[in-house]
Amino acid sequence: MNQPKLKSPIDIAYCRDDFPGLHQVVNGHPLVYLDSASSAQQPTAVIDAVARYHREDHSNVHRGVHTLSHRATELYEGARDKLRDFLNAGSRAEIVLTSGTTESINLVAQSYCRPQLKPGDQVLISWLEHHSNIVPWQLVCEQTGAELVVAPINDRGEIELDQLRDLMTDRVKLLGIGHVSNALGTINPLREIIAEAKTLGITVLVDGAQGVPHMTVDVQALDCDFYAFSGHKMFGPTGTGVLWGREALLEEMPPYKGGGDMILEVSFDHTVFNELPYKFEAGTPNISGTIGFGAAVDYLQSVGLNNIYEHEKSLHRYMTRELANVDGVRLIGTAANQAGVQSFLLNDIHPHDLGTVLDHQGVAVRTGHHCAMPVMQRFGLAGTTRASLGLYNNTDDIDQLISALEKARQVFA
Amino acid sequence: MNDNTELQELYRDLILDHARKPRNFKRLDNATHTAEGINPLCGDKLRLYLCVDPDDRITEVGFEGSGCAISMASASLLTETVEDLSVADADACFGAVTARLTQQATDIAAPGNVDLAKLKALDGVREHPSRVKCATLAWHALHAALDHSQSTATTE
Repeated sequence: MNQPKLKSPIDIAYCRDDFPGLHQVVNGHPLVYLDSASSAQQPTAVIDAVARYHREDHSNVHRGVHTLSHRATELYEGARDKLRDFLNAGSRAEIVLTSGTTESINLVAQSYCRPQLKPGDQVLISWLEHHSNIVPWQLVCEQTGAELVVAPINDRGEIELDQLRDLMTDRVKLLGIGHVSNALGTINPLREIIAEAKTLGITVLVDGAQGVPHMTVDVQALDCDFYAFSGHKMFGPTGTGVLWGREALLEEMPPYKGGGDMILEVSFDHTVFNELPYKFEAGTPNISGTIGFGAAVDYLQSVGLNNIYEHEKSLHRYMTRELANVDGVRLIGTAANQAGVQSFLLNDIHPHDLGTVLDHQGVAVRTGHHCAMPVMQRFGLAGTTRASLGLYNNTDDIDQLISALEKARQVFA
Repeated sequence: MNDNTELQELYRDLILDHARKPRNFKRLDNATHTAEGINPLCGDKLRLYLCVDPDDRITEVGFEGSGCAISMASASLLTETVEDLSVADADACFGAVTARLTQQATDIAAPGNVDLAKLKALDGVREHPSRVKCATLAWHALHAALDHSQSTATTE
């Protein structure tokens, strides 16, 4: 694996210049973008890679003998190689390109779980999960008669490991668990959890949508079986994603979608499926998006995931301290180990009203249930306001957020 | 526009007052018509109750639920507006209010002698496309309740 180059933390301050979307005036104020957990801004390198492909190299992949098709294929498959390296995956056959985390998880639910789940079997998830790591399992449980079991969390928003352990029995066929909670920012102790699951032979899928933008991910070191994530949360285009899976498991799984590109030979009575990973990639893929995704990987590695992690960690500490000093702020999600995501409430102001007032001051945050309604229900809330950090944020952004909150207090005084 | 002015336009005193102290915030056990309004995007959720007499007159209105200041205030204003109206006039109010909030209609074409002037307090949402659904939610629930006696209205 290529270790990300270590740079001095000061370099991160200049990364902001790489993101044209950040440099604009919104509602009369310089934009303060604190919604990267929803979708991150894209650096010029990504935007240019996509534009260059559209201008010069556009053609279909894996099909033509002509030069443009060859170029498009090289770029597209080059992105797969970058993603293999990014995850330290054992082989490129294990990198299935999808439309995003949601499709990756649905693929596992339908192709891995559905053929083998029986009534009485269980799928285990945690209370922290995003809807995309809940609903695909509900669907496959309904289809097979299996049962969905949910491990509880405590008041800080951490999975109760003892209770999770108690729920890991031989009935559990798969554990689906987030790397980082999108709503509360909790970083789950994956190594510990996965090691426990492995002793019982439980297959583990990690929803890594909120993990990959913030820290080094090594799927071999994690020892999980599947790792799913999206391009647009890590500064790439929307509509791109990866399902990483162990080659032996992927080999055994039937195709998820039928169509072009996933076959070797088709006749009306028989089809020979293509080899991995193409078996799972029916139809013309998101070529330009994937090329941009590859450029996003290059960008992240050039900044260095360790640098990003340290930068966001210290900025998150600053953000929570400043937020806690605002009269009437209540932090939701106070796990000991948190990524750059912070949910909070301000007095009894509804998050949507707060979001509107912040937007008026150029501050973009997410408000509502964050596609994690069970987490909100756990805290007895309809929703929260969530500020989430990307590598390009700085203390000025946090200061702007704090002064915008003071303004909101006045509006609703 | 100066952002202070625009914010004050959205969160007028009347809106904040109704949001803090919603009128007719109660469940009506004897309701003849009811509907739930759900805004899946925001999580705003309310249930509207109407008592309609044999002459098709709305004799009592109530609602319960939770949501942002805009959705709560709009529901509260709705209950004050449609009480004592005929079913036809109340449904015409739904049309008039949603047209004004979504289509930039210059005035609220009030049915009969209904006074909709107060509802102009909701005009601020027209500058906030993402909030229009909050303001129209209760009105969609009204329409659904009058249309079918039991149902759910969503803003999607």
